[in-house]
Amino acid sequence: MPTVEFGGKSFTVDEDGFIDDYTNWSQEWVQYVKKEEGIDELNDEHQKVVAVLREYYEKNGIAPMVRVLSKVTGFKLKHIYELFPSGPGKGACKMAGLPKPTGCV
Amino acid sequence: MADELIKPDELLSQIDHRPSGAGWMDTPVDIRKGMYCYASNPKSVETLGLPNARPWNPLEDDWKLPENWQQIVHDGFRERLDKFRSFKVFMDICVRCGACADKCHFFIGTGDPKNMPVLRAELLRSVYRNDFTTAGKILGRLGGARPMTLDVLKEWWYYLFQCTECRRCSVFCPYGIDTAEITIMGREILNLLGLNIDWIATPVANCYRTGNHLGIQPHAFKDMLDFFVDDIEEVTGVRVQPAYMEKGADILFITPSGDVFADPGTYTCMGYMLLFHYLKEKYGLKITWSTYASEGGNFGFFTSHETMKRLNSKMYAEARRLGVKWILGGECGHMWRVISQYMDTMNGPADFLEEPVNPITGTKFENAKSTKMVHIAEFTADLIKHGKLDLDPSRNDNKIITFHDSCNPSRGMGMLDEPRYVIQNVANHFYEMPANTIREQTFCCGSGAGLNAGENMELRMAGGFPRANAVKYVHETFGVNMLACVCAIDRAALPASMGYWVPEVEVTGLHELVANALIMPGEKERETDLRGEPLPGMEE
Repeated sequence: MPTVEFGGKSFTVDEDGFIDDYTNWSQEWVQYVKKEEGIDELNDEHQKVVAVLREYYEKNGIAPMVRVLSKVTGFKLKHIYELFPSGPGKGACKMAGLPKPTGCV
Repeated sequence: MADELIKPDELLSQIDHRPSGAGWMDTPVDIRKGMYCYASNPKSVETLGLPNARPWNPLEDDWKLPENWQQIVHDGFRERLDKFRSFKVFMDICVRCGACADKCHFFIGTGDPKNMPVLRAELLRSVYRNDFTTAGKILGRLGGARPMTLDVLKEWWYYLFQCTECRRCSVFCPYGIDTAEITIMGREILNLLGLNIDWIATPVANCYRTGNHLGIQPHAFKDMLDFFVDDIEEVTGVRVQPAYMEKGADILFITPSGDVFADPGTYTCMGYMLLFHYLKEKYGLKITWSTYASEGGNFGFFTSHETMKRLNSKMYAEARRLGVKWILGGECGHMWRVISQYMDTMNGPADFLEEPVNPITGTKFENAKSTKMVHIAEFTADLIKHGKLDLDPSRNDNKIITFHDSCNPSRGMGMLDEPRYVIQNVANHFYEMPANTIREQTFCCGSGAGLNAGENMELRMAGGFPRANAVKYVHETFGVNMLACVCAIDRAALPASMGYWVPEVEVTGLHELVANALIMPGEKERETDLRGEPLPGMEE
């Protein structure tokens, strides 16, 4: 698996650039994905999405469905796309250190 | 990846159906980005106890195969020829008439000759002739035979994962060769070497370990349904109470986990929940969900017979444990091929269950006599036919609907009329796509059989083109804006291909439409549909 270096840390990632293990997540990883996603400034709303995703994942072992993310954060899907141009999966989940979902999705 | 995807008109202009001058055996495989899926994650392969778990990359020369891989392929091939008479017959009887050639959505959408079903099968047949027939051994290449080499193996892998096992080609084969079965056998042999794709291997491992493809644990599954309970109450004013693993319930309900997780399937899921609540309130029918048998789909079917059998057995084990009368299956595609064509001799007979009878109407589901599993579209059509549902179809009046027959319910179990009957009773505007693109001749969504990943988006859009083109026709002719289907892969795949080819058309499951029209006992005046969009006449 490829590795990326950022902020003095090294991360192992999968083909789509998701971190290999949730427990290897750190603030440096957040900064790395911020750069990859082309986000200028991380604001409270970005932080809120990441926090909600991580909390849900810790409780349930899976990313929340988009509708749950939207309801809990209070952000419409369109706004989540404004925050994370690659969307809730490839942008927000990646930043939060969650794995990609697979199956009939 | 989607952001690198070429534009629709570019994709169309690059399709060329004229074969190149070189013979197909002399055209080496070119594994191209956008057309293949990532290799299986070794952790998932290990979870399943399948051979040769290791990281590997299809783009690298070294696929990290066991030293005796050629022997493994040869032995695996022979074992399957001995075990499956159909496979042996299909290897022998093709006369290469070409009737199947232009019936494949991947050939239509890519123009790659090796996507003609006859040639895809020939990839295996050439090795079959070389290894197992006298003529092939004597005549060699003259007799259409070739030895298994690393290049041939890579060609198998690349093209067997460019087939969605939809069986449209089989409809046109004068010999009735089931070309999907050739892909199935080929993939099974590839799995002996650890050559699966991750979009299949990881869902299978999740399902084996947790109960469903997405790896949703029991408490999370309940959490998701509870979320829908709140949303349903907001829309209808009715608080539904789904039952979980209720012993002594009449019926066990099993649907793909995609329905509880991914939009727009989640609205279909809300549709099931409303229907079940209605039937409980009005007729006392007890239908239960299970967090153990929480997957209707079976990606094991895309791996090997053995993994398919393992995943399928959970449904029946749970039905037995709960003591239900029979199983009701949700809107899933390939689940129904597994149930209708494999289950009975694989994990059956399920003689501990009753022959399914609708307790409300008395209808005997003769077709499900041995599998004990009824498709929810048949069940709902039967309820409507007997006047058991109060419906207001005008609530769907802003939806101009067409129906996409999912490959496996249509060609794999012969369910053609029931979904149409349901749509025509819950909505007022329904139009068919052209005759050669529906029913038995339906075009695949382009992403079935485990190919609905993100990294092969160009392949998916090319393969989805024939279906989308027929939708485009009814959109332009009749103003169709809603594509209905009865499969969770469809609900995941079609929004992407519609977005690409016909962005004006949205995708819905059947029971979302049913629940929009269903007049619930004690409901408030409904202002929106299940998606929260205003009902006709309720717009601001």
